[in-house]
Amino acid sequence: MVALTVNGRRYEVEVPVDTPLLWVLRDNLGLTGTKYGCGRALCGACTVHVNGKAVRSCVTPVSAVIGKEVLTIEGLAPDADHPVQLAWIAEDVPQCGYCQSGQIMSAVALLAANPRPTDADIDQAMSANLCRCGTYPRIRKAIHRAAATMAAGGHR
Amino acid sequence: MNGTVRVSRRDFLKLGGVAGAGLLLGFRLPVREAEAAEEQKPPYPPNAFLHIGQDSGVTIFVNKSEMGQGPYTAVAMLIAEELECDWNRVRVQPAPVAAVYNNPMSGMQMTGGSTTIRTEWVRMREVGAAARMMLIEAAAQNWKVSPATCHAENGKVVGRHGAWVSFGEIAEQASLLEVPAQVPLKDPSRFRLLGKPVPRLDTPAKVNGVALFGIDTQMPGMLVAVVERPPVYGGKMRRLEATRARAVPGVTAVFQIPQGVAVVARDFWAAKRGRDVLEVEWDDGPRAGLSTAAMRQHYRELAQAPGLVARRDGDPEGALNGAGKQVTVEYELPYLAHADMEPLNCAVDLRADGCDVWVGTQAQTGNQLAVARLTGLKPEQIRIHTAFLGGGFGRRGNPHSDFVVIATQVALGVRRPVKVIWTREDDMKGGYYRPLWHARMSAGLDEGGKVVSWQHRIVGQSIMKGTSNEKRRIKNGIDLSSVEGAKELPYEIPNVLVDLHSPEPGMPVQWWRSVGHSHTGFEVESFIDELAHHAGKDPYRFRHDLLARHPRHRGVLDLAAEKAGWGGKLAAGRGRGIAVFESYGSYVCEVAEVSVDRTGFVRVHRVVCAVDCGHTVNPGIIAAQMEGGIAFGLTAALYGMISVENGRVLQENFNDYPVLRMDMMPEVEVHIVKRSEKPGGIGETAVPPIAPAVTNAIFQLTGKRVRRLPIDPTFLKS
Repeated sequence: MVALTVNGRRYEVEVPVDTPLLWVLRDNLGLTGTKYGCGRALCGACTVHVNGKAVRSCVTPVSAVIGKEVLTIEGLAPDADHPVQLAWIAEDVPQCGYCQSGQIMSAVALLAANPRPTDADIDQAMSANLCRCGTYPRIRKAIHRAAATMAAGGHR
Repeated sequence: MNGTVRVSRRDFLKLGGVAGAGLLLGFRLPVREAEAAEEQKPPYPPNAFLHIGQDSGVTIFVNKSEMGQGPYTAVAMLIAEELECDWNRVRVQPAPVAAVYNNPMSGMQMTGGSTTIRTEWVRMREVGAAARMMLIEAAAQNWKVSPATCHAENGKVVGRHGAWVSFGEIAEQASLLEVPAQVPLKDPSRFRLLGKPVPRLDTPAKVNGVALFGIDTQMPGMLVAVVERPPVYGGKMRRLEATRARAVPGVTAVFQIPQGVAVVARDFWAAKRGRDVLEVEWDDGPRAGLSTAAMRQHYRELAQAPGLVARRDGDPEGALNGAGKQVTVEYELPYLAHADMEPLNCAVDLRADGCDVWVGTQAQTGNQLAVARLTGLKPEQIRIHTAFLGGGFGRRGNPHSDFVVIATQVALGVRRPVKVIWTREDDMKGGYYRPLWHARMSAGLDEGGKVVSWQHRIVGQSIMKGTSNEKRRIKNGIDLSSVEGAKELPYEIPNVLVDLHSPEPGMPVQWWRSVGHSHTGFEVESFIDELAHHAGKDPYRFRHDLLARHPRHRGVLDLAAEKAGWGGKLAAGRGRGIAVFESYGSYVCEVAEVSVDRTGFVRVHRVVCAVDCGHTVNPGIIAAQMEGGIAFGLTAALYGMISVENGRVLQENFNDYPVLRMDMMPEVEVHIVKRSEKPGGIGETAVPPIAPAVTNAIFQLTGKRVRRLPIDPTFLKS
């Protein structure tokens, strides 16, 4: 039995302790917003936060998050109105949408660490998140937009 | 927020597929297969495409798969424009499988070939207009006035006498009326939605984790399976030792299927752990010796001899021999994987009386028929539930329904709901690639630099052979998709030859975003650039002069050149290249600005793109498709290559099959030409010009001509 806290809620799951967090989220907790893309921390589709830091849940054994706070796309904002989500909507970022949970979680972590990132900062922080549809120009715009909202006193 | 819609599996379970109209009143009626065949002709039954609830909410059933290219928004816009409903009350659901939803270009329900707007531009507007006319008719009857004195606006029917009624109140009554046979459409000058960058309806569900992709399918009691397949495509199992796999906690079954060994478990991780300890010996079969190096050599040899003639104008051989200057070069493009971000998957619930398939698919009819064949059920007993697709690019429209077939084979073995997930490695090695292409091109120029002969010889596998498209797409032995974009060479040259060899090395191949244009675009637009330099002319002016009879090519060429500042000064160390190409009825020109460092590392800084796709439905989506197509084509130009040795695909994941990352994404500027021709396709059309625009820019900068993709930095090292 492994006890973990996800989106502020405590869960107990019966899985081998080396099971990647990704599959516990998806298969055991039904939180399918976090996506499987590569299984080797190469694409970023599975990005979640552990104690506020962006991690690749596909290579993070569930044992590594015991006693820590896991945040997934589903828990980012109760009404899906985080400034980053709103900026994503305003810029109409997603195409197929599959990578976008990971993109958003990476962007939120970036803005927490660096509230006014430059294009170069964004490139550096976001280049580990692949998008096959090529939404990168809009992701960049959306991050700048979210940064501006948050600087102007937008919540979070 | 505009048009909040949640296209989720939960919603569509509630609707219960095609016939479950129980919760809904109004226009939604069951579409039965037998009568549906009739319904492919106008007048189209509005009830197949839209439902108006008592609350005036409009649900639109979209017959095209949403893989990012925007049909859930664009098709809804076509209907809503004529229906005159409240756009903020529009929701979208994927259509079930029925003949009425067939793609008129293929006679099957499928999404591909950039056909959505081309095929639905008139039909979906007629659906919206017919429904509007029926609503007006119903209201007019109640008011005992002539329908001509009434109109519809924003979800209401309004009478000249001052009365109004909401669509919801009148919908059920309207649904009992005859569908009008004559459905006049709005003049485009009166469009309120079409031509506007209306925000996508699927965006809200894609920023909060709610959007459900095939891989997210969950069913009560569902198992998860992975399949171990032979390392060489088509190999056969010789020996299986599964004791250790069966002992893995959570594994419920291990068994052979025609295409490999299924490991079934309570969840993905247990299934994968089980597969990791399988011991299988394979007989590699006839493809054991396949190698891309040997194929390349073979193709080069084939290119020496004439092939089947796809186009012949004048006397290309004679004109070449008589030309003052002769140029012959060869181009080569590798096998490519689609590498959709969502690895392939499919969930199947097979019962004695029917089968439900949950899948992100581009080929619903093909999938339905494949499952029927395997299970012995009737096609109408197979319900295909189209999920969101985490990328398609052609892969999810597999002509053999490979990933649906494998999932069904597993379902036949477990008799419980089961979802088969491919790992990234399974997906990368699992077959169906854009073919390897070799092209040998010759041209003759006269003393004035005029091109008098153009010969384009193509060598590569047929994609259409052995598929349901064979009859339609292979003519006199020529797969039209192998030569598309070459056969239609727009440049005014008096003597032209396009011929084709179609070797059959046995690699599983498939359409890949822009299909044949993905290679002919590179070949034609590289070679014309080479000829411009041989003629001593500016590559933009050279194209411009040869396109006098092709105003739409010329329009985008001129616009892109102007916006890119063609001929103007560039930053130090930068080169500029241009390419223009028509595909799927749309015209795209791209100008790329690149730099190459001492190590040969290529960076694309800026791409200016001009597109003419006729009437525009949603310019926001058009711009996004241009941006995305450029990124997709750049991945292929800079990195993409699937290679095979001893029958085995060498690449396995994003480490050795890289995808363009954000730090390599150029600034992209999209300019849309305003035209009033019928719409062209948009999903694939940005891909063909980008590779040649980049390599032409590299030539302009370095004097080195890249004739083989992906671009090899060692070739460009200084």
